[in-house]
Amino acid sequence: MKIIVCVKQVPDTTEVRIDPVKGTLIREGVPSIMNPDDKAGLEAALRLKDEQGAHVSVICMGPRQADTVLREALAMGADAAYLISDSAFSGADTWATSCTLAAAITKLNYDLIITGRQAIDGDTAQVGPEIAEHLGIPHISYCEDLNVEGSEVVVKRQFEDRYQILRAKMPALITALGEMNVPRYMTPGGIFEAYREKQIILWTRLDIPVADGDIGLKGSPTRVTKTFPKQMKQPGIKIETGVEESVQFAMDKLKEKYLL
Amino acid sequence: MDFNLSKEHQMAQQLFRDFAHNEVAPWAEETDEFHRFPWEAVRKMQSCGLMGIPFAKSVGGQGCDTLTYILAVEEISKVCATTGVILSAHTSLATDAINIYGTEQQKEQFLRPLAEGRKLGSFALTEPEAGTDAAGQQSKAVLDGDEWVLNGTKIFITNAEVADTYIVFAMTDKAQGTRGISAFIIEKATPGFSFGPAEKKMGIRGSSTCELIFENCHIPKGNLLGREGKGFGIAMSTLDGGRIGIAAQALGIAEGALERTIQYVKERKQFNSPIAKYQNTQFVLAQMKTDVEATRWLVYNAALKKDSGKAFSTEAAMAKLKASEVAAEVTRECVQLHGGYGFIQGFQVERMMRDAKITEIYEGTSEVMKMVISGNLLK
Repeated sequence: MKIIVCVKQVPDTTEVRIDPVKGTLIREGVPSIMNPDDKAGLEAALRLKDEQGAHVSVICMGPRQADTVLREALAMGADAAYLISDSAFSGADTWATSCTLAAAITKLNYDLIITGRQAIDGDTAQVGPEIAEHLGIPHISYCEDLNVEGSEVVVKRQFEDRYQILRAKMPALITALGEMNVPRYMTPGGIFEAYREKQIILWTRLDIPVADGDIGLKGSPTRVTKTFPKQMKQPGIKIETGVEESVQFAMDKLKEKYLL
Repeated sequence: MDFNLSKEHQMAQQLFRDFAHNEVAPWAEETDEFHRFPWEAVRKMQSCGLMGIPFAKSVGGQGCDTLTYILAVEEISKVCATTGVILSAHTSLATDAINIYGTEQQKEQFLRPLAEGRKLGSFALTEPEAGTDAAGQQSKAVLDGDEWVLNGTKIFITNAEVADTYIVFAMTDKAQGTRGISAFIIEKATPGFSFGPAEKKMGIRGSSTCELIFENCHIPKGNLLGREGKGFGIAMSTLDGGRIGIAAQALGIAEGALERTIQYVKERKQFNSPIAKYQNTQFVLAQMKTDVEATRWLVYNAALKKDSGKAFSTEAAMAKLKASEVAAEVTRECVQLHGGYGFIQGFQVERMMRDAKITEIYEGTSEVMKMVISGNLLK
């Protein structure tokens, strides 16, 4: 089985602050990490490798310093790593990113593609499903559990309040939730191999069979009009008393808030 | 000349930092308070490849180097000095002794399980009457057919009760003095091998420390490590390597205490101002940071020297001497900056100050370090 995992290098948003005027992330001095959902996806791929045997390739689009997350993936146990890096690709929105990644993936063999659900710096959750659309393969998003049975992938697709068990013929793409697993640590020896023995294959503009109009800032239809920090949702109150009491409690609360 | 860690060392350092934070720190307080061996952290170190960092992949190790191993001891000791010494004694005393002096067969049989993290190692030289005077070994081993028969007692042994594989020194020819000492590899559960009661210690309380008692303990002839009569040299050169580990432990303790104190002085208010605003605090912090950084390069330099294959005995002794003094001094100052809160449990610097003391004593006291350093100066 050949698995491709797409990973992104992102600023560690647990340590990032937001510019109150511009509404943008202040990235200076913030450590870069492998996007958590992607890391869970990589772990899922490595578990399939441990259990069933698989060749795991990792792809990352980003600046040259994104090399670090690929080394990390190799140190965790990935077999091959590709860095798609060129100034022609910079400024890409989800459309241009997915066009570029999908075109790169056509150069490789695959049975399963795993992406993270979304990246913690953009939170769009679009790139994974878009890659699948470009490639014309089925995709299942929000994967919290994953099994490969013969030529099919069986996925537990988790929603806020329910889940689905879905089955898709491979080749297929799934997007992984960070909650899916606890990713393994790199091994010290894996780190040394990643830097001293293994190679990261660099793909620049000329290596990717994609149209000029579909890449970089120029190929990006998205226009950001405004960014602002999200208001955090208040935690809810769970009422577990009898029906009568519960209704009364809810009515009182609504009155308290002048909603009734 | 480059004082920057390589990219692989930086990534390993980050790994050890995350590992220490997630897997070691949560157990540190109860490890100390209840004198409890931190099995959870140790099992995790074993399954994550941390017990064989500097050894070749061909013998089950990670294929890294001494510097990487030192970074691991340092990061882990920042949060728990007990776990730091478990790693250090296992790696640079027990496992490294077999790595350097073992036969191919001994490496396969004993080194591989240690390096792969399936077994834990221990090193036993000290005796009731043989501390700094390590040559005064009373333990005796006599060859009887295909077996050595060992009698004697070892004290203050780290990883004592929890280890599986022990490097034990004993006299095989008393008349020869230091040239009559030999080293043996002994496995737990060998008949005639038992343990004394656990010692109650001032610091590193969770590490297992007790007597090893050998009463007509029969060991296969093939478990002699190195040649007969070469045990003293094996002990001394293995301890040279061990001292870099203890130096890294001391460095980690000092750094851990300093990190917590920096945080504390920003939060603690007196006279309507965080105490970080006062010049006394600032000057003490500045001095501690300077001492810690100076120590770091002594410790890393000793590790690099060992990796280069050159003699490193003096560098290791200087690293341990300085690092242990700095650990003791820095933790004492950190307790002082914490005031009353530094004297009670829960703010960690109290534990760190107690833990720091042992680094001036074990694997050669500070006085022994000075003997080693001056001995090489006056040669």
